Amino acid sequence: MTGTPAIEGPDETAALAGAETEVERAEGRGPRSPGREPGERGQKGRSLWSDAWHDLRRNPVFLLAGLLIAFLVLISLWPGLIASQDPLSCRLGRSLDPSSAGHWFGFDTQGCDVYTRVVHGARTSVTVGVCATLGVAVLGSLLGGLAGFFGGMWDAILSRVTDVFFGIPIVLGGLVFLSMTGSRSIWTVVSFIVLLGWPQVARIARGSVITAKQNDYVLAARALGAGTVRMMVRHILPNAIAPVIVTATIALGTYISLEATLSYLGVGLQPPTVSWGADISAASQGMQFRNAPHILLYPAAALSLTVLAFIMLGDAVRDALDPKLR
Amino acid sequence: MSEQSERGVPVRESEPILEVRDLVKHFPLTQGVLFKRQVGAVKAVDGVSFDLHKGETLGIVGESGCGKSTVAKLLMNLEQPTSGTIRYKGEDITKLSARALRAVRRNIQMVFQDPYTSLNPRMTVGDIVGEPFDIHPEVAPRGDRRRRVRELLDVVGLNPEYVNRYPHQFSGGQRQRIGIARGLALRPEIIVADEPVSALDVSVQAQVVNLMERLQDEFGLSYIFIAHDLSIVRHISDRVGVMYLGKMAEIGTDEQIYEHPTHPYTQALLSAVPVPDPETEGRRERIVLEGDVPSPANPPSGCRFRTRCWKAAERCAEEVPLLAVPSLYAESESGAAHPSACHFAEERPVVAAA
Repeated sequence: MTGTPAIEGPDETAALAGAETEVERAEGRGPRSPGREPGERGQKGRSLWSDAWHDLRRNPVFLLAGLLIAFLVLISLWPGLIASQDPLSCRLGRSLDPSSAGHWFGFDTQGCDVYTRVVHGARTSVTVGVCATLGVAVLGSLLGGLAGFFGGMWDAILSRVTDVFFGIPIVLGGLVFLSMTGSRSIWTVVSFIVLLGWPQVARIARGSVITAKQNDYVLAARALGAGTVRMMVRHILPNAIAPVIVTATIALGTYISLEATLSYLGVGLQPPTVSWGADISAASQGMQFRNAPHILLYPAAALSLTVLAFIMLGDAVRDALDPKLR
Repeated sequence: MSEQSERGVPVRESEPILEVRDLVKHFPLTQGVLFKRQVGAVKAVDGVSFDLHKGETLGIVGESGCGKSTVAKLLMNLEQPTSGTIRYKGEDITKLSARALRAVRRNIQMVFQDPYTSLNPRMTVGDIVGEPFDIHPEVAPRGDRRRRVRELLDVVGLNPEYVNRYPHQFSGGQRQRIGIARGLALRPEIIVADEPVSALDVSVQAQVVNLMERLQDEFGLSYIFIAHDLSIVRHISDRVGVMYLGKMAEIGTDEQIYEHPTHPYTQALLSAVPVPDPETEGRRERIVLEGDVPSPANPPSGCRFRTRCWKAAERCAEEVPLLAVPSLYAESESGAAHPSACHFAEERPVVAAA
């Protein structure tokens, strides 16, 4: 109905095609010239994932964050590489001693070596961050994704349940839940974070599954006779997972600081587990840090740097995966 | 009615390959969050009947929202009809088991409107075109698939070397060719094309339409070609059905519809097509319809077109006009003797369009 000129025959078609800048092979099956390349990319196919990786490798923010995180992971796995002492061997006689040769960060109130404790604390933070994020991502995307895919009643129930969880302030929830538990290990804290964290990812996953589900390629797969599993695994999952990855990477940093917050409040990790949050908490008691600021500064700096590194990573990943910027 | 609608059809096999009878699709309108209750229904398709013969192209035209795309989805079994039957070679495909449906799907395939959303951006062209073989492994043995995919790309005029590329590396026209190659993979007999060229540039439209025509001759395909562009539909179709608000207003051969329209809606549609000759363009008479298409949730009583029709009389509000050859032309040999759902169906000199 819009003024499309009539199509008369191959002659006119060829003439029209010639005027067009788009690279299209005109009607007929003549030989293909090798110069006709669609797009400016090379002969090799490139998926959106490899495009994202290509972008990431050139992003200085990602490189800096990656370097920091690689270092953190390294010292979490083998703290002995840079700290030869035992973080639990403390002598009260050295309490609050300033830095000295062999003890660069000085000693804390209990007379423990601050440098050793800062290095050993990395393992706790990284473990909590990574495990909580994995748990949240798996649980959240599973529940959210299934609700988004099947819709209907399950979707309605899930949405209301996430509403309920969003109503719980996470620190208050931590104070209530964790103060009821007797002894708390890293896994207690991780389970708590997963329990309160999954609705955030579930919402994102649900939304992106619903968006992906509405695309014609899902209809096309159904028209071909594809089963539910194929549609979910081949068509919806790869197209819906990016926002989940982005949310999860950014959340990783906040989970590390959440663990520190909970430990600071006295409901997180307990000795003998070495945790930056617990050390910060101990340092801020009784105002000793006025005379010996090093006992507060070093663990706090390590925590800030770690959180920053993970949040920078999340930012870089989002930039690389966000389809709106492509 | 089916006898009448077959009148004037180019001589083909007598037995229709697809028979659609009284197809109805109502989408319920619901209220409430957890406990939904129905407060009405959008009557997207409300009693549509037509036949499709082997090797034939049936064009379906109409405004946006008239139910064209819903008809396509019903034919593809992507939606369950509220009532009515779709018979493929005599077998009602709306009531098939999942297993039997898979077999039928091999024979009816679809080409989508938007080449940008109809290809999975995370899959390579080879995977997209080869997916039909994964779903129906009986069609091509495993070792043969790669070759079949390259063959298909060649058939639709794409370089078979492109199998490892991703859809975003192609232009709109090339993507639509990929979509057509996927539709052809299972060697279907019927292809339902839902506005396959609406999203493309005019020059590329011509290429894709010509490609579809060539493939039709090569593989003996039957097309249901849905579009809102009357010129394209005339170019490709053997027969044309005009839809308005979920109902078929008029159906006939392209000659009958374009040269001898008897339904006021068809006449208005055709009068809106610009003529490429400035002299004729200046003199031609245009019928400008008043108002908007009524809501399909609450269509007008009687004839659905009466709210915008200049011929509307009392009878139109009370009686639903049937899709039948107007009595005026019942004995006539002229092109106007084809089914038209109007109480006052009459030919009207319209400047020939397209």
